[in-house]
Amino acid sequence: MALLLILLPLVAAALAVLIKDSTLRVRLLPATGALHLALLLFVLRSWRELPHNAWLGLDALGGWVLLVVSVLFLICALYAPSYLSLRPDRDHRVFTVCILAFLGLASLLALARHPGVVWVAMETTTLVTAPLVYFNRNRRSIEATWKYLVLGSVGIALALLGTLFVAYSAHMGGLEEPLHFSRLMAAGASLSRPWLRAGFVLVLVGYGTKMGLAPLHSWKPDAYGETPGIVGALLAGGVTSCAFLALLRIYAVVVAAGEGPFARELLLGFGLLSMVWALVFMVGQVDFKRLLAYSSVEHMGILVFGIGIGGLAARFALFHLAANALVKSVLFLSAGNIHRSYASKQLPQVTGAIRRTPVSAGLFFLGFLAITGLPPFAPFISEFQIASAALTTGHLASGAAFLVLLGGIFLTMSDTVMQVVFGVPSPQRIRTPYKDTFATTAPLVLAMVLALALGIHLPAPLRALLEGASSALEGKPPVPVVSLTGVAQVVQTEVRP
Amino acid sequence: MFTDFLIALTMLTNFTLVATSRVNKAIQLAVFQGILLGLIPIAMGLGKHLHILLVAAAAIAVKGWLIPFLLRRAVTQAHIYREVDPYVGYTVSLLLCAAGTGLSLMLAHSLPLKPGSTPTFLVPAALATLFTGFLLLVSRRKALTQVVGYLVLENGIYLFGLLLVEDMPVLVETGILLDLFVGVFVMGIVINHIHVAFDSTDTSYLAELKD
Repeated sequence: MALLLILLPLVAAALAVLIKDSTLRVRLLPATGALHLALLLFVLRSWRELPHNAWLGLDALGGWVLLVVSVLFLICALYAPSYLSLRPDRDHRVFTVCILAFLGLASLLALARHPGVVWVAMETTTLVTAPLVYFNRNRRSIEATWKYLVLGSVGIALALLGTLFVAYSAHMGGLEEPLHFSRLMAAGASLSRPWLRAGFVLVLVGYGTKMGLAPLHSWKPDAYGETPGIVGALLAGGVTSCAFLALLRIYAVVVAAGEGPFARELLLGFGLLSMVWALVFMVGQVDFKRLLAYSSVEHMGILVFGIGIGGLAARFALFHLAANALVKSVLFLSAGNIHRSYASKQLPQVTGAIRRTPVSAGLFFLGFLAITGLPPFAPFISEFQIASAALTTGHLASGAAFLVLLGGIFLTMSDTVMQVVFGVPSPQRIRTPYKDTFATTAPLVLAMVLALALGIHLPAPLRALLEGASSALEGKPPVPVVSLTGVAQVVQTEVRP
Repeated sequence: MFTDFLIALTMLTNFTLVATSRVNKAIQLAVFQGILLGLIPIAMGLGKHLHILLVAAAAIAVKGWLIPFLLRRAVTQAHIYREVDPYVGYTVSLLLCAAGTGLSLMLAHSLPLKPGSTPTFLVPAALATLFTGFLLLVSRRKALTQVVGYLVLENGIYLFGLLLVEDMPVLVETGILLDLFVGVFVMGIVINHIHVAFDSTDTSYLAELKD
């Protein structure tokens, strides 16, 4: 059943290659997205029953991340038909195939129980998303694609070396292949420390490059700036979430081996550095898509910062993953609409968008308020809880720095956003035929409503899933499911003297 | 004995790589290095395991035949034969490569090997090759030479992977090899597009996007 989660999008991608009619092909996207989400919700009912030595299986952590990616994909897929009909000149086939393949690989990554398979899935997502970055086929987008490919590939190569280091630390500890995560975590104490530490550093740098943590983020503003908003949304909420999951898998092994404090210190440092870096580059940023890219760097920083604090903050970092993905989809898609309407994404040309595209500009503004942590949206909950967890667990300096940085980012970001949305219309503006329609705004409204709902109430099944996911980060291997006869055997062997 | 010879040859290839200015020669050297790496598991006497033999044969086929085929096609399509005016000169590159190799030897010293395993140069050679790949990636202008750098970087990782070759699941090894191939394939396509868009594959033209 879980295997279908991987196969469904890949089969849809294969179909997309074959289908000649472009309207029919594009309809595959929302259909696959909806089916994938429904299937995932069905599979998720049994996330507690993970076989101990399976190659593929959905645990709470993988399930949570895949749920985020699947919802995000559905929102983008609902938006895609109306967007692609605005761009009849572009190659829809490559776009559709790549975006579907991405969903399949994200599922593979979430289900994979072996570090090598996780790596292969992550590397392949880089390759299938590269053509998406090149969608606009001009000089600027090719530059962005080249940087994305080369930096991404080098980063991911380092992650492979890190994964091999972790495997060698298990080899030294006498653990045989296959090194499933459950087995690695159960044998945590016997892993060789120097190799594990070096491996974690490499994995952090490698998958951190894919997440876009500063100072390894230099591909990010270029890639997000030059792609259509829909691809930006998928990269900022989907690919980065996958890389974060890949990092967390190794982090959980490191914690199980008792090296948690070492890893958390590194994560804290990377988190704060990313936030500082994002703040610096947001000052006076005239390109609003690049502004969103730096906001993504900031939020990746918040994620690893939360994990670095640990405990309750780690749980809310996982919650923040969902909050960030939802709000980023609103921001990138509405920014895409505004870009389309003005044929520009830079400040002197784009001002006062609320008059020309009231719905998109209004959503862009709401998204800005949400992402900078204003209540009652979901990011407020996670940012507030991470900050309070930092302050109450003795990380006073880091917690204070975190709050100051959030405030600073709110101020610098508002400068650009206010001008884009409410500024006096510029005399240099260009008229384009684009108008907000139901199809180009309804998916955004849906995402915004979800972000609001998550901020107000987290349903009980989701809460349980989130708690399960965060307990995986405390180094406890998932409890193997023992059938009744198995329990009887265990009891018998224990009773015997 | 023969293994050490192959590893030493791999490390020497690193030095030749950073000192060459001809793109074709750089490709040849990276391919030569890839084939050397494919031979090491056999020299280590692991030829009796069928799966290791198969993966080594696949590695030689991909690195010695498929990838050079892709790269040579890119060379003829984009007419690039020489690396002109690299960011870091050849002499300095050589010195840096030597320094990197020394550093790798020191670094490898502080990482313990599994007790009972035969002492080997695999770890320092892997780190040195990785470093050489990095050096090529950051110090060269031509997109193709950067791809060669990426290949060398992967060679370094493969070299380290040989420590685990007996354990590594075939599935994972095949996946890694396939990703390398597809990666170079996609990069080849992008290089062709760079050539069409800019009439050059000099990556210093790719500097329009910045803050």
